[in-house]
Amino acid sequence: MGHSLHLTVDGQEHTLVVDSRTTLLDALRDRLGVMSAKKGCDHGQCGACTVLVDGRRLNSCLALALTHDGAEVTTADGLAPEGELSTLHRAFLALDAFQCGYCTPGQVCSAAGMLAEAADDAPSVVTEDLEGPVELSEEEIRERMSGNLCRCGAYVNIVAAVSRAAEESR
Amino acid sequence: MNPFDFERATDTAGAVASVADRPDAVFLAGGTNLVDHLKLGVAEPALVVDINRLDLTDIEELADGGLRIGAMVRNSDAAADPRIRRDYPMLSRALLSGASGQLRNAATMGGNLLQRTRCVYFQDTTTPCNKREPGSGCSAIGGYTRYHAILGASADCVATHPSDMAVALTALDAEVVVLGPTGERRIPVTELHRLPGDRPEQDTVLEHGELITALELPCARMGRSTYRKIRDRASYAFALVSVAARVDVDASGPAPIIRETSIALGGVAHKPWRARAAEAVLRGAEPTAETFLAAADAELEAAEPLEGNSFKIPMTRGAITTVLAELTGASEDLPETTTEDAHE
Repeated sequence: MGHSLHLTVDGQEHTLVVDSRTTLLDALRDRLGVMSAKKGCDHGQCGACTVLVDGRRLNSCLALALTHDGAEVTTADGLAPEGELSTLHRAFLALDAFQCGYCTPGQVCSAAGMLAEAADDAPSVVTEDLEGPVELSEEEIRERMSGNLCRCGAYVNIVAAVSRAAEESR
Repeated sequence: MNPFDFERATDTAGAVASVADRPDAVFLAGGTNLVDHLKLGVAEPALVVDINRLDLTDIEELADGGLRIGAMVRNSDAAADPRIRRDYPMLSRALLSGASGQLRNAATMGGNLLQRTRCVYFQDTTTPCNKREPGSGCSAIGGYTRYHAILGASADCVATHPSDMAVALTALDAEVVVLGPTGERRIPVTELHRLPGDRPEQDTVLEHGELITALELPCARMGRSTYRKIRDRASYAFALVSVAARVDVDASGPAPIIRETSIALGGVAHKPWRARAAEAVLRGAEPTAETFLAAADAELEAAEPLEGNSFKIPMTRGAITTVLAELTGASEDLPETTTEDAHE
């Protein structure tokens, strides 16, 4: 049975009719042609599908599209409006933070969401003082980015890129 | 994925009525477990009732100094809440040690409690599983049991409860507030989950149509607390063993005495395991390495490991003694004369 769905994706408004089973990821890719969000495991284990929903990072493969009716979705493409690369994009490029690139849009969205969380002093499990300010050490970045797998194993450079973006956006 | 009807609930009573009316209806909160089960064929509801718009997202202080957390508060928001960080650091750490940043942004407090086992056979519809298909058999017994139970299991099911958060709530004596078709009731978290027995398909004592609307934490400015999780990876993995513990030491006398303690274990049973035998040994005792070991051994006396998880016994023992030493400031080391063998 079809249900009406309204989404704003990377600044563009869309109204469509979807089957109740459609995930947010499938709505983006198969219905709206937004290919920035990637399908890796499709079970919430790899993070390739990570997008920002109303500013927060989520696995779009584990979300039914209908539960996000009316939401504002931002993909890695949307973080570079009109092709203007963000600090994060530039850090990933400059520091060679990928090999095949398939996980990269998810990594970039996850990093964007994570930097916002850290700016709010949200602790992670490796934060010693739960009530203190958050310093994004390498250990913190690794912990906070653990929901994004990279099969090429570019982790060392991903951590460096996120670290640089964190410094530059301070 | 099987087709299903979709309904967006606008109030809690309506959500409860919608699910209660149909035996094949389910609530959908964060979806991090249920949407996966829809894909895997583990769950095949005919009606999904989306409760994401319900007004259950507040964290409020209670008159008695406790805290009421709405069932739809996201795990990340609860973990970052200043009152939870300050007064319930064990809960904050347990939440933060679960899943990933993305998943914690979606997962809810109510949903986290009701997530289902990650037993590989439960999630694989091509294999027998008494929890998924009552009476079909247990593939884990005699199979892959690294993540399975050592306490409270049955001949029908050896699965473990996967939640970190629930382990902390169990140690904190939290309660859940539940709305059902006939009204509201409260259930201590220690009583919410069941042991498998011969009905492993029943994870909890909730009736069909009952909805968790809130969690309540009692006033917790007591002693020191922490949550320790041991897992196969440094991050983003379920617990092999975890310990939530709080200890209040009375240091006013000639020798320090453990005034009060509560301990819960994760990764070892079908439910978050309140370690009451260990607590009984600790209460009134001096915080020493011998006491900690005696407490751990008292709890593990009933342990029945499977072929693939006997390592969990020394691991649990070590986790309990390490955490207790850390919280009391006592040494973790036994005197030279006591050998490890004496406790095997």
